[in-house]
Amino acid sequence: MSVKQISVFLENKAGTLQGMTAALAENNVDMRALSLAETNDFGIVRLIVDDVYAASTVLKEAGYIHNVTPVLGVCIPDEPGGLHKVLQIMGEANINIEYMYAFLGAASTGHAYMIFRVQDRKAAAAALRTKGIRLVDQDDIAQL
Amino acid sequence: MAERYYQPEIECAPREKMIALQNERLVKQVKHVWDNVPYYRKKMEEKGVTPDDIKSIDDLHKLPFLSKADLREAYPYGLMGKPLKDCVRIQSTSGTTGKRVVAFYTQHDIDLWEDCCARAIVAAGGTDEDVCQVSYGYGLFTGGPGLNGGSHKVGCLTIPTSSGNTERQIMFIQDLQATILCCTPSYAAYLGETMKEMGLTPDQIPLKAGIFGAEAWSEEMRQEIQNVLGIKAYDIYGLTELSGPGVSFECSAQSGMHINEDHFIAEIIDPDTGEVLPEGEQGELVFTSITKEAFPLLRYRTRDICRLSREKCPCGRTHVKMMKPKGRSDDMLIIRGVNVFPSQIETVLLNYGYPANYQIIVDRVNHTDTLDVQVEMTTEMFNDQLGEISKRQKELADGLRSMLGISAKVSLVAPKSIVRSEGKAVRVIDKRKI
Repeated sequence: MSVKQISVFLENKAGTLQGMTAALAENNVDMRALSLAETNDFGIVRLIVDDVYAASTVLKEAGYIHNVTPVLGVCIPDEPGGLHKVLQIMGEANINIEYMYAFLGAASTGHAYMIFRVQDRKAAAAALRTKGIRLVDQDDIAQL
Repeated sequence: MAERYYQPEIECAPREKMIALQNERLVKQVKHVWDNVPYYRKKMEEKGVTPDDIKSIDDLHKLPFLSKADLREAYPYGLMGKPLKDCVRIQSTSGTTGKRVVAFYTQHDIDLWEDCCARAIVAAGGTDEDVCQVSYGYGLFTGGPGLNGGSHKVGCLTIPTSSGNTERQIMFIQDLQATILCCTPSYAAYLGETMKEMGLTPDQIPLKAGIFGAEAWSEEMRQEIQNVLGIKAYDIYGLTELSGPGVSFECSAQSGMHINEDHFIAEIIDPDTGEVLPEGEQGELVFTSITKEAFPLLRYRTRDICRLSREKCPCGRTHVKMMKPKGRSDDMLIIRGVNVFPSQIETVLLNYGYPANYQIIVDRVNHTDTLDVQVEMTTEMFNDQLGEISKRQKELADGLRSMLGISAKVSLVAPKSIVRSEGKAVRVIDKRKI
């Protein structure tokens, strides 16, 4: 069970991000979440989209270097302590988190979603599931 | 496959025979220059040398040098050895390092030059069965006309595409089944990269050999070009001032370029003192043209740094070999007092799995030189984790420091953002105002 994250290489220059979003917009790719990691001269944009294949094709044709990585999509109860509970489970299971970012679900569902990039994705998923935490996969994301 | 030669009696001549030929031609050439080139005669007189002092190649060191500055000073007609009415062609340098140099040719000069190029094509395995695509620029640049003439002499079907229009280049290679490609190594790499993107594998590309020159390139770049195009890649060397490509060329041994010694005498000198260095030592390459009529340069300093080798070559040719120049001394950058050749940077990049397309930006910030090596990100190198990329970036920076002796910044840039060259690649941007 995983969510497919697209990571895109961008130079750290004015206008490079909007060049990429333009390509995605023109091809009707819907973004669900976005996070940026940057250094002085380049950055990596991490995207969660509705249609991974379409987005990947668009990016390839537009000449962007990118790859697709499976990451963990976790349902977080939208209440105080919701994220803490999830992190606690991961800590106890000795799961190292490489990076993570949040995106909000529809308010009506009462959930927020977090994307986790961890060293051992399968172990993390098992630990969370045992404690009753709901995970989402790419199909769920597409339907959000 | 047995080694073939275009002019075996010359290319495989015993050393004694070659020395006798060089002696005879040098003596004659010095007289020709003395009688016809007042500019050089004056230089000889200043040095107190007359043609009588030059009896054999052992006396070569007595002659004064010619430098690029002399060529500029004598521009355009000052070094001509024949009246204009005897000349049929000019060629000219790209002028990247200053004022253009214009060289003149009689029909005889062109014939000999084309023979030299024909030797290179045959050494690369070319026969009259081959289809030879010449993707060097035609026109003032010597690359196109030289290899074109050589290709005709060998009897190859010649495709004079000239440089540029990459799609059309690939179309001709595919449709007319070109077997030999002649262009700059950077353009060969670009053609290879493009064909790979089009989904062509080396066995689908009809080329079997390439003759690449006009810029310095590394052994690693040779491997890369050979792999992507499925060919053997041969180096060729030359200067407009001496004729053009074909002053020297590689044979099947791919271990240095045989100098056409029946036309050019090579010396290696200490670039600072002008002293001739013993054979085998590295220094500046100096050429004396012993057959050129219209533009007969004696002891011309090339600014190329390399060494010569008389080791017996398995190909059977007896002409001395020059090792790949580390780079023209014009290309040499002095960064924080250290000599840096772009070819050294290229070697490191390829060793670390980066593409051969790169740019070097030199600047001066707060009175300190900065070196920024820009390389394009590739799918193979890319990773969703910043740490992994930064680690590779640091490894490359460390590799550059150990090769160059100075630290360099490595910048990763977007694919295709470094301009592809169809002729000589622009590798260095020096922003320093000195």
